[in-house]
Amino acid sequence: MVKKFFSRFYIGIILLFLYAPIVILIVLSFNASKSRSKWGGFTFKWYHELFQNEDIMAALTTTLIIAFTSALIATLLGTAAAIAMNSMKKTPRTILLAITNVPMLNADIVTGISLMLIFVALNFTLGFTSVLLAHITFNIPYVILSVMPKLKQLNSHTFEAAQDLGASPLYAFFKVILPDIFPGVLSGFFLAFTMSLDDFVITHFTKGPEINTLSTKIYTEVRKGIKPEIYALSTIMFVTVLLLLIFINRRKADKNAPIRKV
Amino acid sequence: MTDNKLIDLVNITKSFGDTVVLDELNLYIRENEFLTLLGPSGCGKTTTLRIIGGFETPNKGQVIFEGKDITKLPSNERQLNTVFQKYALFNHMTISENIAFGLKIKKKSKIYIQDKIKYALKLVNLDGFENRMPDSLSGGQQQRIAIARAIVNEPKVLLLDEPLGALDLKLRQDMQYELIRLKNELGITFVYVTHDQEEALTMSDTIVVMNQGYIQQVGTPEDIYNEPKNAFVADFIGDSNIIPSLMVEDKLVNILGVNFPCVDIGFGRNKPVDVVIRPEDIDLVKPEHGIVTGRVTSLLFKGVHYEMEVTANGREWLVHSTDLFPVGSEVGIHVDPYDIQIMNKPESEDEEAALIVE
Repeated sequence: MVKKFFSRFYIGIILLFLYAPIVILIVLSFNASKSRSKWGGFTFKWYHELFQNEDIMAALTTTLIIAFTSALIATLLGTAAAIAMNSMKKTPRTILLAITNVPMLNADIVTGISLMLIFVALNFTLGFTSVLLAHITFNIPYVILSVMPKLKQLNSHTFEAAQDLGASPLYAFFKVILPDIFPGVLSGFFLAFTMSLDDFVITHFTKGPEINTLSTKIYTEVRKGIKPEIYALSTIMFVTVLLLLIFINRRKADKNAPIRKV
Repeated sequence: MTDNKLIDLVNITKSFGDTVVLDELNLYIRENEFLTLLGPSGCGKTTTLRIIGGFETPNKGQVIFEGKDITKLPSNERQLNTVFQKYALFNHMTISENIAFGLKIKKKSKIYIQDKIKYALKLVNLDGFENRMPDSLSGGQQQRIAIARAIVNEPKVLLLDEPLGALDLKLRQDMQYELIRLKNELGITFVYVTHDQEEALTMSDTIVVMNQGYIQQVGTPEDIYNEPKNAFVADFIGDSNIIPSLMVEDKLVNILGVNFPCVDIGFGRNKPVDVVIRPEDIDLVKPEHGIVTGRVTSLLFKGVHYEMEVTANGREWLVHSTDLFPVGSEVGIHVDPYDIQIMNKPESEDEEAALIVE
């Protein structure tokens, strides 16, 4: 009993430390008073003001467009790469997989600076395109990571079986292979979308002066002094990412459950 | 089975990297034949099947189908279908959709497809399974669906790659009868790959025994079992005693220093040969009635018969008999002349290869 109590208490403490700052942020976003230490009553005022703020709305649009486009392109490229890698021999595949994993483990700041350097070296104007390219680059590994296990589960003969029954290789891919790996492809897309939405460091180094995503916008705003709208914006971002992650994990859990459709 | 050649493999050579898997292989398959490619793993049997199916292209040689060269034709344009070892069903489709896959590509009408699905499921004894998903079926059922999916396309040839390999013994035996029945009902050619000699003997019209990329022997199950051409075939098909011996003259062979009458002629005088005697063809008799005498060294009860090892003239003889002789007892060994099978002794590996190709 005592042991159980302590283990629960311990978990409680950990969760408190992890989430208390975010909870405070969320609470402040509904605080009518501008003070950070006084509760002035419940309000949606900051949310209202947030949506009136054209700069922030522009940043939101940019963020969503970049997240969606980069996730989509990364999904296409990553899936194709995963399929190619899956049919390689073991040694080259392992080496390639390790190489593609590096950007995920690499410190964001290194990735960000090196991407900025290459854009500058190629005389590429920093702006929307450079951010998009950077996001595609760091998203591809996440897609490969979620498509690969699905490909491994695939019966190596299903593709041949489809062709044996008269399907062209392309038809066989879309009718037989893609539906089987689609859950992995979709997870990859959402993971990439979340990562893009979430990114600050790499965006910061590759964006140039013209555009802002939400995270870089918040960063510039905060330097001028924190306005409560930022709390509201951060809350929305947190909830969005949280929902996306819950969605991705639920999908994974569903797939692992032994369901039998009859 | 007719005498018309349906498939003709001419001088097929296939290598993967440095490994030569098939070396100048020649083989023809007749219309309506149940032909089995039999051999240990790595003997090239699956590669041969995959070349017929169009999943591998030979480095050299031709695949002739009904007189036409189809060596370069991709698998989706060949008039044959394959049943894969691990079923390879499409898991996201229902059983109906699986079976309809090939027919939809051929743009058959809905009614035609419906009829075909019904017919195929009946044929494999799985009526009413239309809307089930593959993973709700047992291994045996999945394998039957894989067969149904292949045969609705009315192929001239059905290729089967160790289709019963993943099933348990009882199910495997049942499926053997099923396959023979199917073959007779459909009246098409079956090309079957297996490493299980019993499966091959039970089902085939013709068995092709393969080893290390060469065909060792082609013949009916009776031929292969009773008159193996060389030690490999004799050893691979069932248990056997293979004894290096000397052909004294026609109809007389010297086995371990003792002359045995036999029925083979034309091997020449005093020629070294290999003798094959099946364990069930050795009769154990009273010591004074045997051609040689020996002592029983081990005894195992196998159900249908006893398996004994008898040491005689410095060699272990494997014997299957329904009569029991206890360990240590003195016995006579008698072999009827027609139960002794004489084989030429290959003197080198090249000669062995040459023997096989002829």
